[in-house]
Amino acid sequence: MSRLQDVFAELKGKRAALVTFVTGGDPALETTVPLLHALVEAGADVLEVGIPFSDPMADGPVIQMSHQRALAHGTTITDVLAMVATFRERNTRTPVVLMGYVNPVEAMGYGVFAQACARAGVDGVILVDLPPEEAGEWLAAARQAAVDRVFLLAPTSPPERMRLIGEASSGFVYYVALKGVTGAAHLDIGTVGKQLGAVRALVDLPIGVGFGVQDAQSARALGEVADAVIVGSALIRRLAAAEGAESIAQARAFVAGLRAALPPRQ
Amino acid sequence: MTYDLPDARGHFGPYGGQFVAETLMGPLAELAAAYHVARGDADFQAVLARDLHDYVGRPSPLYLAERLTAAAGGARIYLKREDLNHTGAHKINNTLGQALLARRMGKTRLIAETGAGQHGVATATVAARLGMRCAIYMGAEDMRRQAPNVRRMRLLGAEVVSVTLGSQTLKDAMNEALRDWATTIDDTFYVIGSVSGPHPYPAMVRDFQAIIGREARAQFLEREGRLPDAAVACVGGGSNAMGLFYAFLEDPTVALYGVEAAGDGLATGRHAAPLTAGARPGVLHGTRSYLMYDAHGQILETHSISAGLDYPGVGPEHAWLKDSGRARYMAVDDQQALAAFHALTHLEGILPALESSHALAYAQILARELGREKAIVVSLSGRGDKDVETVAAHEGHH
Repeated sequence: MSRLQDVFAELKGKRAALVTFVTGGDPALETTVPLLHALVEAGADVLEVGIPFSDPMADGPVIQMSHQRALAHGTTITDVLAMVATFRERNTRTPVVLMGYVNPVEAMGYGVFAQACARAGVDGVILVDLPPEEAGEWLAAARQAAVDRVFLLAPTSPPERMRLIGEASSGFVYYVALKGVTGAAHLDIGTVGKQLGAVRALVDLPIGVGFGVQDAQSARALGEVADAVIVGSALIRRLAAAEGAESIAQARAFVAGLRAALPPRQ
Repeated sequence: MTYDLPDARGHFGPYGGQFVAETLMGPLAELAAAYHVARGDADFQAVLARDLHDYVGRPSPLYLAERLTAAAGGARIYLKREDLNHTGAHKINNTLGQALLARRMGKTRLIAETGAGQHGVATATVAARLGMRCAIYMGAEDMRRQAPNVRRMRLLGAEVVSVTLGSQTLKDAMNEALRDWATTIDDTFYVIGSVSGPHPYPAMVRDFQAIIGREARAQFLEREGRLPDAAVACVGGGSNAMGLFYAFLEDPTVALYGVEAAGDGLATGRHAAPLTAGARPGVLHGTRSYLMYDAHGQILETHSISAGLDYPGVGPEHAWLKDSGRARYMAVDDQQALAAFHALTHLEGILPALESSHALAYAQILARELGREKAIVVSLSGRGDKDVETVAAHEGHH
């Protein structure tokens, strides 16, 4: 069993998992590891760590700026892997999923990257701009390194693509709850619930829902229908609004509030 | 062997493909299907042909530049006068085709990225003509460099959105246009201006631009009773070059030369020449091709005096043509391009775009190499009115 499978198995029938996204190296290289521990203490079940990229096309302004800040202090893909390895010295239980764009991974090489993920204690990887059709080399490398392959699903994915993505994925599937980029603000929970029903008929994996989680209220509503609630932009906005230790305190309070809002299941 | 690339999923050998977030995969499949049908539909092609003739002003002339030829002292230099098209560049061949396709697909809004502003103007123009809403994404730096085109787009009714993130040039404008499209796909058609981006764009844009080479080939045959010895075009993303080259791909005696922007010089690192400066393949904006990036995979900032060539990637079909040896790629720096700009202006009374000036600079070198018996066709992809300020400012500093 992978760490991702363990978490979803443990929470099944209890509540949705809480997944938090932060960019590696933002606000600073040395703050990411303490921040990850704080997020776990505040109630995050799965950690997503962004690999910063110069051209994050699928992200909205909040995460773009976060990538730019991380790159401004020279954060590399190797640094992000090292952050996870350091995090693992004190936490062997919480799954860590890296999320990034494909060019830095191609530059390193799929095989080298997959092996480095395994060594660092990375459990899964999301490559935003690598659909399954183009992912042959990555899928083979990740399988060999026993790293989970998490693909995105969107409201615009036709049924045959949902099936394809379900088959290519492991760990969970990331459902992009709305058209647009990360941090957009027009999430309609009723619609998402209906869409998830259609997805579940075709995809036999836990479904995480992201893009549009703003606050405890939207987390609670999504927690009724999703297997995992993913929060990114709203968390980064709070991190960016404060300095140093205060920014970690802000993040901790925000995540604790989201976690408390997730409804129990009968 | 018949050249039939790309394959069904948009690959030119190891290049091309569809590297986008899942939200865009469904819409791209819908676009590819709609384009496939339109491509084979006689009615669609007839409407396009009529508009290219009546509205764009095609065919564009093939002009023998006698004084430029004499000054270069070698092969005869013919200019394919895309600068004489409506809006002053080759870009409208493609925006017209895509806008007609958008209308056919029931879309009511066009968006585009632009560098020099020529593609933005060409998109705003067809949006006005077809009564569609239009938003153009343009880097803040490029808006400063190409202010007259910004004013033209606004007069045409387009919203020009200033992109202030990243290097504030073409690549950042494309990021922003992709973000818009991911949010607005229900009513919006993304008009990509180059032979780049995810499938089907590289093939579709090439097909719409291929009229450049089809006309030039027929015009040259009629004029000289044979084929030219070489075809030369500038390459940023590479749409005018693919448009010129495509008709000649199966004519082995016609050498094909793409000319990239060497900026301050290839050795300085301040250039926009992924094919000539030893860049590796990488993935950006939905496609795999040669790409300028650092050891960690971060995309590099580029430099060229010409905003239209200031892009770190290149269309995937050019990557394929380079590897296969069918086309050769050269680079010309800012100073050489400026010299060619002045040469054509003084000798022929034609102000070329700074983009096209790169092709002209290399064509003069090639003409001397080939000698007087040979003939070259150069794509004069756009006119230089938009660059008058840039040239003046640049030369004021020297």
